[in-house]
Amino acid sequence: MRPIVLLPLFAFNDGTVIAFPLQGFTTQWFAALLDTPALHQATVNSLIIAMSTAVFATILGLFAARAATRYGFPGKGGIVGFIMLPLVLPEVIVAISLLIVLMQLGLNSGTWAIIAGHTLICTPFAIAILQGSFSNMDRSLEEAAVDLGETAWSTFRLITLPLVSPGIIASLLICFTISLDEFIIAFFLSGNEPTLPVYLWGQLRFPARLPVVMALGTILVILSVLLLVIAETFRRRGLKRAGLKDTGGFL
Amino acid sequence: MSQKTPIVTLTGVQKYYGDYHALRGITANIGQGEFFSLLGPSGCGKTTLLRAIAGFEDISQGQILLDGRDMEGVPPNRRPTNMVFQSYAIFPHMSVSENVGFGLRKSGLSAADKRRAVGEALEMVGLGQYGGRAAHALSGGQRQRVALARALIMKPKVLLLDEPLSALDKKMREVMQVELIRLQREVGITFILVTHDQEEALVMSDRIAVMFEGEIAQLDDPETLYRRPKSRRVAEFIGMMNFLPAEVLGTTGTSTEVEVAGLGRATLEAGQCPNGTQSGTGEIGVRPESLTVLFEGQTAEGGREAAGTVREVVYYGDMTYYDILLDGAPAPVRVSMRNMPGRRVLDFGARARLAWDPRAMVLFG
Ligand SMILES: Nc1ncnc2c1ncn2[C@@H]1O[C@H](COP(=O)(O)OP(=O)(O)OP(=O)(O)O)[C@@H](O)[C@H]1O
Ligand SMILES: [Mg+2]
Repeated sequence: MRPIVLLPLFAFNDGTVIAFPLQGFTTQWFAALLDTPALHQATVNSLIIAMSTAVFATILGLFAARAATRYGFPGKGGIVGFIMLPLVLPEVIVAISLLIVLMQLGLNSGTWAIIAGHTLICTPFAIAILQGSFSNMDRSLEEAAVDLGETAWSTFRLITLPLVSPGIIASLLICFTISLDEFIIAFFLSGNEPTLPVYLWGQLRFPARLPVVMALGTILVILSVLLLVIAETFRRRGLKRAGLKDTGGFL
Repeated sequence: MSQKTPIVTLTGVQKYYGDYHALRGITANIGQGEFFSLLGPSGCGKTTLLRAIAGFEDISQGQILLDGRDMEGVPPNRRPTNMVFQSYAIFPHMSVSENVGFGLRKSGLSAADKRRAVGEALEMVGLGQYGGRAAHALSGGQRQRVALARALIMKPKVLLLDEPLSALDKKMREVMQVELIRLQREVGITFILVTHDQEEALVMSDRIAVMFEGEIAQLDDPETLYRRPKSRRVAEFIGMMNFLPAEVLGTTGTSTEVEVAGLGRATLEAGQCPNGTQSGTGEIGVRPESLTVLFEGQTAEGGREAAGTVREVVYYGDMTYYDILLDGAPAPVRVSMRNMPGRRVLDFGARARLAWDPRAMVLFG
């Protein structure tokens, strides 16, 4: 964690050398961010990837979590374990495997490949969050709605979705954050469309750009922390809404 | 009460969970407007049967008719039943009014009509002022009332209640028992109540089906169930009963002569011998309140008197329970006596005389 403290320190430092003593306060590095078109392209790429990943991973997580908490089926443990595998695999392995699969299929790397990779590593998080929401929900709530005349779909829309929506929002935000910050998979699969972290890494070769990198890093860190806090807030609110005690969270 | 036209007809209903035989052939008719209870120990299949009637469980065999219509393949949302869940299943993200009005969503009523119906339903369960409350800000008893209103507003043919009172404390439970009886009379809807509390079943029901291990052991009105249990198991489950060994001496016409250990000779009618009278020995069941301690100067009618020693005295204020070992009986019998002014409580170890009545006996084979 400690290096993160240094980020804002040098981001506001009036000098290109990353060394103490500090030279004085400036916001010129943040201003420099604004007129770097390559950076803007990388930002757009990252946002597209992070948003798509968040949506895909959360939808997959929704189905998986619902299936896991509501139904028993043969081989359930194995399947769940397999889906959760990317959680414990080193990302390099996931990245290289994906690259191999892409090459085998004769597909290009690029934005879609990164989205696929990020979805793979984010889905386990989405499942973990949503599983909490589903298992906290009294099953008879859905039955009561059906008993009162609703169909399976309208029950999902009127009862299930509102009650797990805090979990859904938390999952979206956390997956978004993970994808936004992820480097290794993006690095392997980005081709010539770098994401923000990949772009940042590329800039590290130019010492003069270092303070700009620091400025960008600062923004990313603050954004990530903010998103995680919001995500946790939603998760807790969901528990409270369902009238339940907190049984452990991510933060 | 049992002569009413049946609204629910269960015929040989069986349910398997994998290999587990949860319902083993349930056959019963439940009448229009009847307050019917399913009573039995934990795991006997009460909830399973209720959920099968509601449509939440498919049955493996047999037939369920609701209002004369076969329910095979009919999903819960198209059955003329509504359910009050054990957990009440109040929608936590809605207000009390929204909960109660939930089932009217597809009714085609105008907003004003719906509002009126919700108001009436809340009024009926005594929650007139609570419509705007958030559902999670309710007490247990209030949640229960909301669940009732939410189900009753649908005007179901049959209301199914799965242990609706088990989450309430004793005081509240007694209040709600009376409330439920009143509601049921008021709306005239058939209630099917699941409970494992025999007292609750006796207090509330027109008829009770006592279930053991997926089967109905006895289906009768509360009084018959209490006075004439058909098996020792039912007798033990409903209230308290003493058992004394007995020998069948002979049968004349419809009556049976038995010699009861510790009490003496008794003549029983056919209704008192649920298992028949063939066997040479059996057991006589007699309730604690059917035995009477005789105090000084009192004598038993017809000379039906027995003597024994007091082995235990339990004083309850209004009642005293004695365990008395009758001369010639293998184990003590429990006797309950109402305490009255001027009536002394017997001491431990004292000799006691008992009066008994053959009409209060049941012979089990
Ligand atoms: N979905 C299920 N899968 C397998 N077995 C089940 C299932 N539901 C119930 N059972 C079994 O069927 C039996 C009857 O269950 P049921 O819930 O009907 O009992 P109950 O009479 O309502 O008991 P309780 O008073 O404890 O609620 C129990 O042994 C239970 O373990
Ligand atoms: Mg049950």
